[in-house]
Amino acid sequence: MSLCAVKGFQWLRQRQCVLFSKVCVHQLHSSPGFTDSCYDGLYPGHIHTTPIQKALLAVGSGVAALQNPYRHDMVAVLGETTGHLALINLRDRMKNDPEGYTILTERPRIRLSTLDLSKMASLPDGSFGREYLRFLEDNHVTPDSRADVKFVDNEELAYVMQRYREVHDLLHTLLGMPTNMLGEVAVKWFEAAQTGLPMCALGAVLGPLRLNSSRLQSLFTSLGPWALQNGRRSRCILSIFYERRWEQNLEDLRQELNIEPPPVILSAANKRST
Amino acid sequence: MAASVRLLLRLSHRNINVAAAGGSARPGCCWGPTGPSSCRCFSDATGDRSTHFGFETVPETEKAKRVYKVFENVAQKYDVMNDAMSLGIHRVWKDMLLRAMHPQPGVRLLDVAGGTGDIAFRFLEYVQSQQERQKRRAARSTQTPSWQDISTNYSTEDEDGPQESKAVVCDINKEMLKVGKQKADSMGISAAGLSWVVGDAEELPFDDDQFDIYTIAFGIRNVTHIDQALQEALRVLKPGGRFMCLEFSKVTNPVLARLYDTYSFQMIPVLGEVIAGDWKSYQYLVESIRKFPDQEEFKGMIEDAGFYCVHYHNLTGGVVALHSGFKL
Repeated sequence: MSLCAVKGFQWLRQRQCVLFSKVCVHQLHSSPGFTDSCYDGLYPGHIHTTPIQKALLAVGSGVAALQNPYRHDMVAVLGETTGHLALINLRDRMKNDPEGYTILTERPRIRLSTLDLSKMASLPDGSFGREYLRFLEDNHVTPDSRADVKFVDNEELAYVMQRYREVHDLLHTLLGMPTNMLGEVAVKWFEAAQTGLPMCALGAVLGPLRLNSSRLQSLFTSLGPWALQNGRRSRCILSIFYERRWEQNLEDLRQELNIEPPPVILSAANKRST
Repeated sequence: MAASVRLLLRLSHRNINVAAAGGSARPGCCWGPTGPSSCRCFSDATGDRSTHFGFETVPETEKAKRVYKVFENVAQKYDVMNDAMSLGIHRVWKDMLLRAMHPQPGVRLLDVAGGTGDIAFRFLEYVQSQQERQKRRAARSTQTPSWQDISTNYSTEDEDGPQESKAVVCDINKEMLKVGKQKADSMGISAAGLSWVVGDAEELPFDDDQFDIYTIAFGIRNVTHIDQALQEALRVLKPGGRFMCLEFSKVTNPVLARLYDTYSFQMIPVLGEVIAGDWKSYQYLVESIRKFPDQEEFKGMIEDAGFYCVHYHNLTGGVVALHSGFKL
């Protein structure tokens, strides 16, 4: 505990020193905050930022993400800099759920190195693990492509953010949505209703702008309302220990989470440009 | 005499700095792998020297590697970031360097840490326009020449080609040179007067007395041993050759200094993250500027290396300083 206090104090001192850097050059020299080593900061990859920097990052990353939606790192930065309150809310919901509490203490990570792919492939069809693997193969994605959290100034909240990113693909499987534009927008609507993260809300609002009219119609009439309703009523998706539920039947899992099956079956083959 | 006294003072000053850094870095020893390396400050005597990498203390052997990594990462977005960070003013600084240089056709330039080629391109353009001006002047002065004169003029013109002026771009980082070469191709600059060489400023791959002008723009603060780089500069310059250095320096006006510091530390890493996706490299950049000696101290270092008539001009209120010296 005292370690955190000392580190917190050092960080405060750094903040002051930054603005009076001319006087404090030698003092700054000693503070380890602005270094390359991944052990400085509260967790590996953490970068200390002042409130001004966070605001600038939020604006800059928002603009960059709008200009080029394929810049996933900018979407990630936007989420981190704007999601403080939503992350606290999510963390509290997880704490109040017994399974969520277990996740917060055990801190599992979803990586290719931690998944036993051959075992998952041998599971029966309709099981969660098998369907997840099918989703990864059909859409040519991997769970390792998630950016690390950098700008969240609390170690536990940073884990919640990381968990949210890693659960995103599992959510696709649970909702039965492919990774084309329409599927992503549907998942974003669900996430916005579930988590309240401003980045999801922004994606949910701006995503539809890139859809053609037939897909827009599908979104607004059936997919959208379904996603929103289920987002609101479903159990907190971050509180599920997915790694222990690969054998569980997908339909059972959906029922347990209070998620209805999708009204429209979208296949990954629908990957025409929108 | 004065130079040697100054050298003594500077050496002792540097030792005090390093020791102070080592002493104040000790609280950091307990957590993190930077601990052992910062403690190593005290083993100065055993030859295990350390230096600064931004505000971090690293072993000297490691600094070059870390700097290489930084520029490898930023090479692709280097020019875009320069424009964004300096709001385009870096172009003015480089133009002013060329104006001060005022190279004449036939001059050989070595641009060290020249990476993406900004100085070399400007040099070639300048020399070309000078050449054209000379030709125009020559043409004006010859009134109604005879056919004999015209034909002799044609034959000499071919020899006086732009091949005379050569610019050599030397950089330790292959990525930066690659970007520079691509730029040259896309700008359509003829490869005739331009060479791209991989080399270390502390140990240049050139013979003595080769170049008329040696420039290093925004590169010398990344060199581990600045005095060695200066000595190398002296070596490769011809007698009468000129050393010119553009580098970030200390802002003299206190109000401007506060604004500049705030902008540097708040804005620039954010720009690095948003544009180049690399916060840490640009954090290093603003920190390395603060660790570089100020105008007078650097002038002293240049004089100690053996240059004469060393002067400096402050640009943009001291944000950048242009140092110049001659080898006699």
